[in-house]
Amino acid sequence: MHAPIRGNASMNRTFRLLKRRLVGAIPVLLIVVIGSFLLLEAAPGDAVDAYVASVGGDAGMIEALRQGWGLDASPMTRLAAYLWALLHLDLGHSVAFSRPVRDVVLERLPNTLLLMGAATALSFALGTALGIVAGARPGSARDRALSIGSLALYAVPGFWLALVLTIVFSVELRWLPLSGMETIASGKVGFARALDVARHMVLPVTSLGLIYLALYLRMMRAGMAEVWRMDFTRAARARGIGRRRIVLSHVARNALLPLVTMLGLQSAQMLGGSVVIESVFSVPGLGRLAQEAVGSRDTPLLIGIILVSAALVIVINLLVDIAYAALDPRVGASEASA
Amino acid sequence: MSLARLLRSPDAVAGFVILGLLGAMALAAPLLFPGDPLAIAGQPLLRPFQDWALPLGTDRLGRDVLAGLFHGARTSLAVGLAAAAASILVGSIVGTIAGFAGGLVDEVLMRITDAFQTVPGFLLSLALVSVVGPSLGVVVMAIALSAWTGPARIARAEVLSIRERDYVASARVIGMHPVEIAFREVLPNALPPVLALSSVIVAAAILTEAALSFLGLGDPNRVTWGGMIAEGRAVLRSAPYLSVIPGIALVLAVLGVYLAGEGVVEGTAARERQA
Amino acid sequence: MSALLELRGLGVRYSGAATAALEGVDLALAAGERLAVIGESGSGKSTLARAIAGLLPRTARLHGTITWPGLDHPARNGRDIGFVFQDPGSSLDPVMALGDQVAEVAHANLDMGWRAARRLAVELLDRVKLPEPAALARAYAHQLSGGQKQRVAIAAAIVARPKLLIADEATSALDTIVQAEIVALIRALVTEDGMALIFVSHDIGLAANLADRIAVFRHGRMVEQATTAALVARPRTDYSRALLVAHLGLEA
Repeated sequence: MHAPIRGNASMNRTFRLLKRRLVGAIPVLLIVVIGSFLLLEAAPGDAVDAYVASVGGDAGMIEALRQGWGLDASPMTRLAAYLWALLHLDLGHSVAFSRPVRDVVLERLPNTLLLMGAATALSFALGTALGIVAGARPGSARDRALSIGSLALYAVPGFWLALVLTIVFSVELRWLPLSGMETIASGKVGFARALDVARHMVLPVTSLGLIYLALYLRMMRAGMAEVWRMDFTRAARARGIGRRRIVLSHVARNALLPLVTMLGLQSAQMLGGSVVIESVFSVPGLGRLAQEAVGSRDTPLLIGIILVSAALVIVINLLVDIAYAALDPRVGASEASA
Repeated sequence: MSLARLLRSPDAVAGFVILGLLGAMALAAPLLFPGDPLAIAGQPLLRPFQDWALPLGTDRLGRDVLAGLFHGARTSLAVGLAAAAASILVGSIVGTIAGFAGGLVDEVLMRITDAFQTVPGFLLSLALVSVVGPSLGVVVMAIALSAWTGPARIARAEVLSIRERDYVASARVIGMHPVEIAFREVLPNALPPVLALSSVIVAAAILTEAALSFLGLGDPNRVTWGGMIAEGRAVLRSAPYLSVIPGIALVLAVLGVYLAGEGVVEGTAARERQA
Repeated sequence: MSALLELRGLGVRYSGAATAALEGVDLALAAGERLAVIGESGSGKSTLARAIAGLLPRTARLHGTITWPGLDHPARNGRDIGFVFQDPGSSLDPVMALGDQVAEVAHANLDMGWRAARRLAVELLDRVKLPEPAALARAYAHQLSGGQKQRVAIAAAIVARPKLLIADEATSALDTIVQAEIVALIRALVTEDGMALIFVSHDIGLAANLADRIAVFRHGRMVEQATTAALVARPRTDYSRALLVAHLGLEA
């Protein structure tokens, strides 16, 4: 009944978990693809209209293209063709950019990853730290203040915060650049360029991350309040362990676990949030691209962004699962002993 | 009795006061500002507190900001409540079917739920509005499309724990039809935890609506706070109040929903502890 | 024999409770003495154990005095008092390696570096007769049985060789065979280290097996205390007699 204690048990656990999650991701991705296909079908115009609109061509050419691309076939055949193209990483043709969707998306992806990564790091680090401060003594004045402050912050829409921060820091104080990813044609390289990009990213990262900071703070605080009620914190006190160590190594350590799971679940929401934030600050990322796609009625591009985002969310969740398995020794234990 | 308990929590009182005021604003909007809030009311870019006929001033086109605020409350609350109701309804039905049917049906429905949770909700809303075209109904649908998964998961988990209980078994024994059992015996009992989530869903719906309007994807024939914020962006340097004022209304609305929701949940929890 | 611990008129009232959880308890414990505290749930026996170790919730109000004539300083948890809880499953942190949970007691109470503390932890796991102590130090609570977990908890309690070990219903969550093993382990450790023992239990048979002296509690008051032999042979109160009869009835 009790698993033998093995040296490489945790590696085995992680691999088993990964394999199961990867297999589980396949039907999910398939459903997303079929959904995207339906949305594409529902949109007025088809891929040929889009192509011709951007490249130009006459009625005869349109007919030829429709046949060539198999668009005159039955929906099932077209779905099969769509899947086949996706398997070859062909996301279709963007009307607005007159280029393959894949190329446009891949060009913008790194900027969004940078924005999301920085916002996640900021909100997670600061949110858990403040959550520990609040949760160290439940019911204290500091706890109350942080709790109310985080709730207020949680109610602030990111795009409005972005505008307010812009008014204060870019328009009034002139400390930070108004928009963009870096100073255009500055000729900066190396460290100077990195610093320039960092200055440009301060406001977008803050606007995107603050709401999650509030979320992580609240979760950490609530989680710690729950862990305080568990017997092992009293046991640690009975063993003469100092309060500081109980708070950090036992209470916070246990309360951190659900936050790690949240990190994966929030990735989809944060990608959605990056649409408005990137639009406000003109950050050339995936989110702003989505808005441009909507503006120019470029449905293939929008669907491409959705597919790439879904794939990204799946990958992030896989990484989070691995991290979680490393942090919680109980993961996969029931299968190991079964 | 439960009202008395509710009034003991200052947070909950603040929440209900805010919501009450916003509700009154929404209801009073057509009485206090009977004209079209999108019509020109005075000289453009009038600052707040200059003219008592237009206390909060006017925007770039000379539209009354206060009238916009009142009519915007209507849109925000209506869309927030409708989208939340739709997602709770759809989510509860899907969750109940999945939990009660089990087997392949459950598997398929839960994979679909997974798929919806994998796609960034806001992108999904964006895509739907962009393909179908912006109108109030479509915006409600678009928000619900990305928000029904939470209620579905909770409803399913509740149904799974309820369906083995005695009263369900006895319903089975007396030969009730499974669909009847699911929706008359199981769903009503699975609903409270789903409803506990409703304040979060309403708040998220209000924020999503505002973000869609901010990007110009709201119903063009209605004033929305998100749209007002976007409108003010063009004159952010000279007239920041145009973006700040509707934003404050938005923050208060969402905060009010959270506070009231937390008060209700805590009140219920306290009652259950005492019982 | 000099007294290690003296209680004078000890009373405890939890906030919001109508009656006191503990009232007017006078009790002395000699160094190295083994005392069993017996009672049903709600008798105040666990409250007594927690009051002695200073583990009552902050809202609880305490009357009377707890003094430590046998110590030249106020008693410190971990160093002077070892405490073993009822539920071995929940008294260990689920996500910290077991060896570390024993080692942190050494680090906190013996001014010991982490490396030395971990070595000592393995020795202690061996001392409480756990198999493969070095491998077990790297394992986690969910990998162990209830009895094994309680052995780890006992190891964590005796790290600093305290003068007093308090076992609060430490065996009642375990099955009978494991119970006997844990009682045997506690007896051996207490004898080897010369520790005093307060063994809180509802099981008078188990207590009689282990203790020099028995104190019987009911409704927050001590109804009787006597040496084990005296109490078993000639209980002075009806309640003690009833407890004994109930126990013997089960045995018969």
